Amino acid sequence: MLWACLRFPGLAFSAAFAATPEAGPSALLDGHARQRLIAAANEEAAAFGVRRGQSVAAARALCPALDVRPRDRDAETRLLAGIAAWCYQFSGHVSLAPPQAILMEVGASLRLFDGWPVLAERLRSGLLEQGHPHTLAATPFAAASWIFAASEDGMVLPEREGVLRMLAALPLTRSGLSASMVKSLQAMGFRRLEDIFRLPRPELTRRIGRDGVAWLDRIRGQSAHALPAWQPPASFLQRIEFDSELDGSQPLLFPLRRLTRELANLLAARDGGVQRFTLTLEHARGQSTRIVVAMAAPQREAERLFELARTRLERTTLPAPARAIELVAEELPVFRPPLRDLFEPVRGDGLDWPTLDERLRARLGDAALRQIALVADHRPERAMRYGTPGPVVSLPRRRRPLWLLPRPMPMRPDPVAVLAGPERIESGWWDGADARRDYYIVRTVEGQQAWAYLPPGTLDGWMLHGWFA
Amino acid sequence: MNAIASPNLAQVLDHPGIWRRSADRQPRVRALSTGWTSLDAKLPGGGWPQGALSEILFEHDGLGELDLVMPALAALTQEHRRVIFVAPPYLPYAPALAAAGVDLRFLHEIHAGSTEAAWSMEQCLRSGCCGAVVGWLPDIDYRSLRRLQLAAETGDACAMLFRPATHAAQNSPAALRLKVSNSDEATYVDVLKSRGLLTTTAPLLRMRA
Repeated sequence: MLWACLRFPGLAFSAAFAATPEAGPSALLDGHARQRLIAAANEEAAAFGVRRGQSVAAARALCPALDVRPRDRDAETRLLAGIAAWCYQFSGHVSLAPPQAILMEVGASLRLFDGWPVLAERLRSGLLEQGHPHTLAATPFAAASWIFAASEDGMVLPEREGVLRMLAALPLTRSGLSASMVKSLQAMGFRRLEDIFRLPRPELTRRIGRDGVAWLDRIRGQSAHALPAWQPPASFLQRIEFDSELDGSQPLLFPLRRLTRELANLLAARDGGVQRFTLTLEHARGQSTRIVVAMAAPQREAERLFELARTRLERTTLPAPARAIELVAEELPVFRPPLRDLFEPVRGDGLDWPTLDERLRARLGDAALRQIALVADHRPERAMRYGTPGPVVSLPRRRRPLWLLPRPMPMRPDPVAVLAGPERIESGWWDGADARRDYYIVRTVEGQQAWAYLPPGTLDGWMLHGWFA
Repeated sequence: MNAIASPNLAQVLDHPGIWRRSADRQPRVRALSTGWTSLDAKLPGGGWPQGALSEILFEHDGLGELDLVMPALAALTQEHRRVIFVAPPYLPYAPALAAAGVDLRFLHEIHAGSTEAAWSMEQCLRSGCCGAVVGWLPDIDYRSLRRLQLAAETGDACAMLFRPATHAAQNSPAALRLKVSNSDEATYVDVLKSRGLLTTTAPLLRMRA
């Protein structure tokens, strides 16, 4: 077993600032409603002298433009679960250690990822790409990894002896014991973990209680540590609320990118894809805009999902500024990579039809791409429809034109010759769209062959309905 | 002794990149039969050039200009290769298409404005998953034509472009240009330009009585 621990010191901050990227000095507030103190500040705020533990008034006095936001614990949990979904691709046993750590068993994955250095590099680069600063440590014991991730970033100790040696030298303040335990132990003159490791067990239990001893057992691997395994959820729902209203589609792209990336992480964890998801933009007074993003085949890549959602969003006119964005994907079907013939030469870009279809739909809109199907109806304008072609119905015996006019129009000048006809078409009395016409194939003065009709019994009033192109 | 056999002259001349004026053999052009025997006989490779742009310039609607391409398109759809109609001027009429042998499952229509149409035609050609892309782009410029020709080469697809005959005098990068005109109540097809064809002064072909 090798347990890796990832700690995210900036998690609370990025969860609170998820909706919009922080611009300028910003700080996070924590504490009771009565007395709220600065819990974290970004570098720009720190440059003004804003420090952890200051009151809001003090911080504002130092930096009037300070953007302060309260801590959002629900958002932190969601963000942590989102990171866990991404980590799930490296290990089958990922466990959340709130408020800001993730534990994962990587011993079984080392071979697949070519050893720890490669795996660690992939973890780190992936997390940094998503904008999560982190620290990382790995030991055979989950609790020990958790401790080292906090104090010794990058430490890997595959052997038990090494872990015990490092633990022994650790000051009590970093041992993960509760503050009250540490305080009482320090009062007794203990400074490092080695001092208390030497104590007889009953003595130690009397001083720090059962929980403390159990913790010390866990970090030394002397007792089993059962960690709940994180399970990828079966659907995706995420929502980001904005502090201010965002107007137009451009400012919405940042939260959108974040949502699609979270979705892609979940899809990778589930080894699934998504074929349809809904973006909901909420406006003032309960109004909302729904944008459905549907794909020809399940997709899973973050970049692709973002592009598809972005093109849809940019083509939508929003009636009002948006207050929140929500992404819901209810069905996450199994993802099947496109099959290719091994020996078939790849032509051009090597796209398959679903991919091309999607690219076209994303730019032109869903209505722009269509197929035509036959319908068993004698009325020419009803003998076809737009939709998925079904089985071939019986075709008319007479010749039909390749071009049909969207609606018949008067023919000027009159045709010069009748080549075939008349063909009487009389149908549709039952559905109110009664048609009674005599169709002729005629030639125009320019030599065109046209399909035109006359009302029965007349020789005047030619109506053009198609071209024999 | 040289281990590698040095090629003799005949083998060198056999290289597809070398063409000799005296040879009775036409330069190799991969083509898709038009389904019209008399037209096939006149075209290098015996049909619509593959991986290239063909232009069909027609004087009016309804001269049989679409009939010219239907057999080839029908053959493609029957082989389960996709045929895309880009910005057709009228409704492609399903019963007539089916009667011409087109498998409608492999026919797609893209409804788009002129700039979008050129873009979508290029995307389809380039993708490599379309057998033929047929477009109606009356006011396309030389640069876009060139892009289409390149896209057809990249995707090894058959590009067919319908334009009014008034553009016949314009320069075009298309590999094949046909003109469909009408006189004396019959339709004639004239080969204006054909890559790999020696004479362009062949007599007109009579297509439709």
